[in-house]
Amino acid sequence: MGKLFAAAVTVIALVSAGIFLSRVWWLPPDFTTLGKDIDGQLVETMIFTGVLFVAAQLALATFVWQSTSRTAAIRVFPGGPMPLVATASVIVGLEILSLVFVGTKVWSKIFLAPAEANALHIDVQAGQFAFYFRYPGPDGKFGVPHPDKIDEGNSNFFGLDPQNDTAARDDIVSASLVVPVDQPVLLTMHSKDVGHSLYIPQLRLQQDFVPGLVIPVHFTATGVTKTEIVCTQLCGLGHYNMKAYLEVLSRQDYDKWLAAQAGQ
Amino acid sequence: MDNVSASITELPPAAPHQHAAPDSFIRNYVFSLDHKVIGKQYLGLGLLAVCTGMFLSWIMRYHLAFPDKPVPLIGLIAPTFAAGGVITPEFYLQLMTMHGTIMVFFVLTTAPFAGFGNFVLPLQVGAEDMAFPRFNMMSFWVTFVAFAVLVAAFFVPDGPPLSGWTAYAPLSAVGKSSGPGEGLGQSLWVVSIAIFCIGQLLGSLNFIATTLDLRAKGMTLARMPYSTWAWFITSIIGLIAFSVLLPACVLLLLDRVAGTSFFIPAGLVVSDALQPHSGGSALLWQHLFWFFGHPEVYIAIVPGFGIISTILPAVCRKPHLGPRVLIACQLAIAGLSYMVWGHHMFLSGMSPMSATLFSVPTLIITIPAAIITLLWLGTIYGSKLRVNTAALFCLGFVSVFVTGGLSGFFLSQPSIDTYLHGTYFVVGHFHFVMGVAAMFGIFAGTYFWFPKMFGRMMNETLGKWHFALTFLGVYATFMPMHWLGLEGNVRRYSSFPSDYMHGSLALHRFITAAALFLGAAQLIFLVNLLWSRLRGPAAPDNPWDATSLEWSTTSPPPFDNFAGVHPVISHGPNEYGVASARGDYIMQTDPPSAAASSAVA
Repeated sequence: MGKLFAAAVTVIALVSAGIFLSRVWWLPPDFTTLGKDIDGQLVETMIFTGVLFVAAQLALATFVWQSTSRTAAIRVFPGGPMPLVATASVIVGLEILSLVFVGTKVWSKIFLAPAEANALHIDVQAGQFAFYFRYPGPDGKFGVPHPDKIDEGNSNFFGLDPQNDTAARDDIVSASLVVPVDQPVLLTMHSKDVGHSLYIPQLRLQQDFVPGLVIPVHFTATGVTKTEIVCTQLCGLGHYNMKAYLEVLSRQDYDKWLAAQAGQ
Repeated sequence: MDNVSASITELPPAAPHQHAAPDSFIRNYVFSLDHKVIGKQYLGLGLLAVCTGMFLSWIMRYHLAFPDKPVPLIGLIAPTFAAGGVITPEFYLQLMTMHGTIMVFFVLTTAPFAGFGNFVLPLQVGAEDMAFPRFNMMSFWVTFVAFAVLVAAFFVPDGPPLSGWTAYAPLSAVGKSSGPGEGLGQSLWVVSIAIFCIGQLLGSLNFIATTLDLRAKGMTLARMPYSTWAWFITSIIGLIAFSVLLPACVLLLLDRVAGTSFFIPAGLVVSDALQPHSGGSALLWQHLFWFFGHPEVYIAIVPGFGIISTILPAVCRKPHLGPRVLIACQLAIAGLSYMVWGHHMFLSGMSPMSATLFSVPTLIITIPAAIITLLWLGTIYGSKLRVNTAALFCLGFVSVFVTGGLSGFFLSQPSIDTYLHGTYFVVGHFHFVMGVAAMFGIFAGTYFWFPKMFGRMMNETLGKWHFALTFLGVYATFMPMHWLGLEGNVRRYSSFPSDYMHGSLALHRFITAAALFLGAAQLIFLVNLLWSRLRGPAAPDNPWDATSLEWSTTSPPPFDNFAGVHPVISHGPNEYGVASARGDYIMQTDPPSAAASSAVA
């Protein structure tokens, strides 16, 4: 039974590693300036953990195989525990240093660096169970939202007050996130009811909506595409079906879309 | 003051048993003060809970594989929530919430810590019972009441809550307007967890007092078995963690029923109604919950460390490598466990600077975990392995702990978590490192200590089949979840109408088949438990040739554990591979001159 276990561990380790290496199931293509950095860090982590995974499982299998053979004899581990302590500390420690160094730079680009000055500002509101995206309109200003004026039956999703707030009159509200390609975009995210999250795998972007907070996040899409936005924060019975679309258009198509929206 | 000092010093070396022998059925089997009975009660509750939690997971997995088909029989069992066997999105989330809550609290906390700890710890330190037997009895019955309150949520009109085992506010705080189950069901959930916290605090205090104050003569801290060390460390973790979760639950309950706004900010519009709250913080709940929640991972797994480190030397027939390093690493993990909770919240909107601060200790905690794993490998190296079922589950524990631990590297880095957070990668990770590893510890402990608990041996053939099928089943079930996560497949979805996730249905069907296979394999365990309890061959006092104190008394032990004898300890628990009159080991109670020679340098 010991040898069977050793064989099973070996097969499981090698098959699992092989499937990861073959990338049968893998990340979708990225369409963002940060994709290369994020994917690079993920691949570095995959290599490091993959080597440790296979090495540890094969060591376990080898030791069990040897320990269940007829000639097995009690032997102490060469050098005792301290070489293992040193090995684990040095190998894992160095890798941690490397990951923290690289990872902090990537994280900083996503969340610590401010959006570029020319970023297109879009206000995003999440609610059970839909996303709404608000563009400031020709005046370049957003109207002030009033929660008590939210009236979804009359499509006033943000609680705007166009009668008294001139900035709100030309705000454009869309059920899709439409952006021009290669244009820095700043999203300001807020929730009207409970927690939600905005997840766009092709942008490697995920950020929670937290009630009571306005959270900025920015990105630049690098290719024309249409992809899904889904909610990843459990928000209620319709959570599984809370989605929208991201449409990355050429500058000309985007301008046409915006003009059409403004004309409605 | 002098009188008090005098009275303490005048106590006999071993005080008489702290409570009378049970003289009625109720005192013997129901409201027992005996730590051994209480340990078995906890394990029984854990068994009931794990069967319930696993049954719920089968319904979920079947629905995920065949979202358009009714689940067989469920329409009969739950006609209110699943009429005709149809699983609605809300019922799926309710099942998921109850599955997670039951498994984390009532299985992974209850069985390895409170169950085995209660039965074994006093025996291993040479005590006649726990320090506070009545608190001990209370802790179990409080936990039982908590379980009953939680399960009661199935029987209220809107059913159980759907906010997940993490019960994020304000979904969990604003009441029934946020969704089905968020009325009375969610309130029952909050009350249940608060009660559970009280039970765990009572238990933790008891474990700490017993370990520090009731050790037999000669049982220095350095001579304590590794499982006792692990339960002791877990008690300290639990004492702090549950002390935070308990008031957090009280605050959440006040938000729900008393109109307070601890976790609810102003201006929320839920179901078209402006909420009458202001000034609260939704992030505060996350901070309080995860301040408990991450140490909870170690409450579940550190007892497993101890169980594995106790069994491995006995089955390898050689000393555990680096025992002091082992304890030091567990203490380091316990300390670090309170500095890492924010890694669950990288994307929560807290300061992005915090992410780096929480990421570094999260990565550093892998160093003591890696050292412990290497110590296990170094112990297995060059051994003469006795391949019994307990040994197999120890080896399996090492394998799944490595697998689950390594996937944590991805999630501990905020910039990768940006992609993987909220996906099945996380589900695969925590099921391996917390769920399966802890369950393997429970299984190893069961096969190892069953003879001591019931005086009968378990069936080894059934045990080995159970292990083989379980080991294959867990890899087939949980490894593919990592692949789903890499594809961006989102967790906590009742089905996958999204275009890009729809393609993962085939992999979900494979996982469902594997999960049902894994569940069926557990029937072997249940049959073995029942058969061995009734018909298993009589167990000798020390069937495994092990060194620690519980094996020096009868199987099962008498009411006062050592039949009036007060053990005196002369050795550590690590005396394997040593030639002696017993063979190749020395028991902790053997006289100091027991060693003939050392087989291991």
